[in-house]
Amino acid sequence: MHFAFSDDQLLFRDTVRDLLAKEAPPEVLRAAWDSDTGAAGKTWSELAAMGVVGLRAPEHAGGLAMTDLDLVLLQEEAGRAALPDPLVEHVAVAVPALEAGGDAAADTLTSAAAGDATVSVALDNVATYAPFGASASAFVAQQGTSLYLVDGATAERTPQPSVDEARRLISLTFDAAQATELGGAELIATSVNRGALAAAAQLLGISGYLIDTTTEYAKERQQFGKPIGVHQAVKHQLADALVALEFARPLVYRAAYSLAHNDPEASAHVSMAKAQASDAAAVAARAGLQLHGAIGYTDEYDLQLWLKRAWTLGSAWGTAAWHRDRVGTALGI
Amino acid sequence: MDLGFSAEEEQFRAECRGWLEANVPKGPLPAHDTQEGFDIHREWEGLLAENRWSVVSWPEEYGGREASLMEWLIFEEEYYRADGPYRIAQNGIFLLAPTIFEFGTKEQQDRFLPKMATGEEIWAQGWSEPNAGSDLAGITSKATKVDGGWLLTGQKTWTTRGSFCDWLFGLFRTDPEAERHRGMSYFMVDLKAEGVTVNPVGKLDGPAAFAEVFFEEAFVPDDAVLGEVNNGWGVAMATTGSERGLTLRSPGRFTAATDRLIDLYKRVGGGDPQLRDRVIRSHMEAEAYRWSTFDTVTKIVEGGSIGAESSLNKIFWSEMDLTLHQVALDLLGPQAELVAEAPDVVDHGRWMDGYLFALSGPIYAGTNEIQRNIAAERVLGLPRK
Repeated sequence: MHFAFSDDQLLFRDTVRDLLAKEAPPEVLRAAWDSDTGAAGKTWSELAAMGVVGLRAPEHAGGLAMTDLDLVLLQEEAGRAALPDPLVEHVAVAVPALEAGGDAAADTLTSAAAGDATVSVALDNVATYAPFGASASAFVAQQGTSLYLVDGATAERTPQPSVDEARRLISLTFDAAQATELGGAELIATSVNRGALAAAAQLLGISGYLIDTTTEYAKERQQFGKPIGVHQAVKHQLADALVALEFARPLVYRAAYSLAHNDPEASAHVSMAKAQASDAAAVAARAGLQLHGAIGYTDEYDLQLWLKRAWTLGSAWGTAAWHRDRVGTALGI
Repeated sequence: MDLGFSAEEEQFRAECRGWLEANVPKGPLPAHDTQEGFDIHREWEGLLAENRWSVVSWPEEYGGREASLMEWLIFEEEYYRADGPYRIAQNGIFLLAPTIFEFGTKEQQDRFLPKMATGEEIWAQGWSEPNAGSDLAGITSKATKVDGGWLLTGQKTWTTRGSFCDWLFGLFRTDPEAERHRGMSYFMVDLKAEGVTVNPVGKLDGPAAFAEVFFEEAFVPDDAVLGEVNNGWGVAMATTGSERGLTLRSPGRFTAATDRLIDLYKRVGGGDPQLRDRVIRSHMEAEAYRWSTFDTVTKIVEGGSIGAESSLNKIFWSEMDLTLHQVALDLLGPQAELVAEAPDVVDHGRWMDGYLFALSGPIYAGTNEIQRNIAAERVLGLPRK
């Protein structure tokens, strides 16, 4: 038993954290709302150059042939930065699904691994609306019990605007006869797990950021001649958010290990991770907004970027209740 | 990262399981907060010790097996899985012993550890006083230096099982000039010493399980002091760190309890979807605590230590324990309130017993309000005032 990441994995995380701190400040995140593609700045191309975008692709397709365990800390950083780029859909779900599709999807896999193509995902129940759907060049999408690669040119897209303007949701209609089948129910189930794990990891990063930034605010904000953070009513909300986060975290890392090692109980492990991470993010978002007070409720203040991501990712890829139901089924109740 | 157990660990688990399955008494023992029940629990401690299961992580010379931290967690998982009896020796073996190993002289270790391991000497905590609970630094009990030892004067209270225990460890003021955290020393006191009076106090979940302990110029020898004179606060904090952090409540206790909760739901839940959801939540919390503990153990094995983060732990397990028992009582409905003697009682009344015990969790070992302050101030860095 050694429940810790390797030095290489931690170094990769630090490198991505530094990149996002530099290239994805709030003004870039806001610019993404108004851009045509939903992307902004240089993050996508930089992440592609660093190998993150193709991390899950095999080496012959230009990828790093790494696992969900290598990816999990990077997803957490994307959450911490409230990054709009499709690291859940494209990187965690689409790329390995394209690999599963074999020769028929090989060209798309290679361009997706390089970040030239952006591939979104639509799955029943958990990814009903495809993020980044407006600009995606292709989709990995479910119809019935099959998973397809859908060329963007043949996809019918209906925008479904989200409270989180960075998400660029669409509903997707496509003709399966014109699409390439990638796999069946097993690939769909694995794809659900990969997306839910990635979302859970991002939620850890979002929660961590919300707790950190709210703590800083509570140290600085003065009322009645002293920082609001001296009050126990403030301290205890942050302590509770921290407890929720720190006891969601090990479940997320354990689930990443289980997925990477094809553990037969990986689905239940992923569901525990997503359920607890969604709930932890809800606690952090609630405390974050309450303790910032009115300034946190404004459009101009950047807190809302993280709040909205906490809410939207909390529900996407399976709500906490949906995942608890899966855990119950695995327990035989 | 490697989340499997080694072949040695699996073998250790099998050995634990085999012995416990053969030796754990069938059905519950009499309550440990009566003299009769306490004596039977003491016999159980003796049987554990004879077979070197009472203190698996200790050195062999004191009755242990030199088990690793991970093996200790495995033992705990198996102990609770087998529904092993309540450990009346826990204050000594989990809270005092780590402090004796760290601060005690060789003579003190040789004198106290072997009898602690066998259950011949059961220890009580002497922290709280009538006016010093959460504010432990507010204690007023004192020790006055005399030739060859100290005279203890004052009162301790809320001393769990104090009426039945043999020895007490706690803080006394040794420097009357010093204030608050300074000038205290850590004493180990024979409860049968002259000048010591133990009065039972009834508590919510049992007749006489608390005690108040009065000291009227009770003499203790010089070697009753653990660590340096006047450094009792530092010595005591080492103990409370282990209590909150890891050793007091290992995950096996909660994973076994939620396994039983799932079983209870299957028997009496009737498919109720809301109760099912709450059962699942409790199961996930126990799993979260288990994996968080493996994370902590990995850090310790790599040379790290548990700091203020132990406060997060204490908040989490104490509230988890309460929640899971609340779910059980809601599953039982009209049977929830029935005690062991009632003809219709389910599971010998263990769920109400467990609920009452769990209610004390957010209070003892530092209230959860204090823990939240510690988490906010020492982990997050919020200002104290």
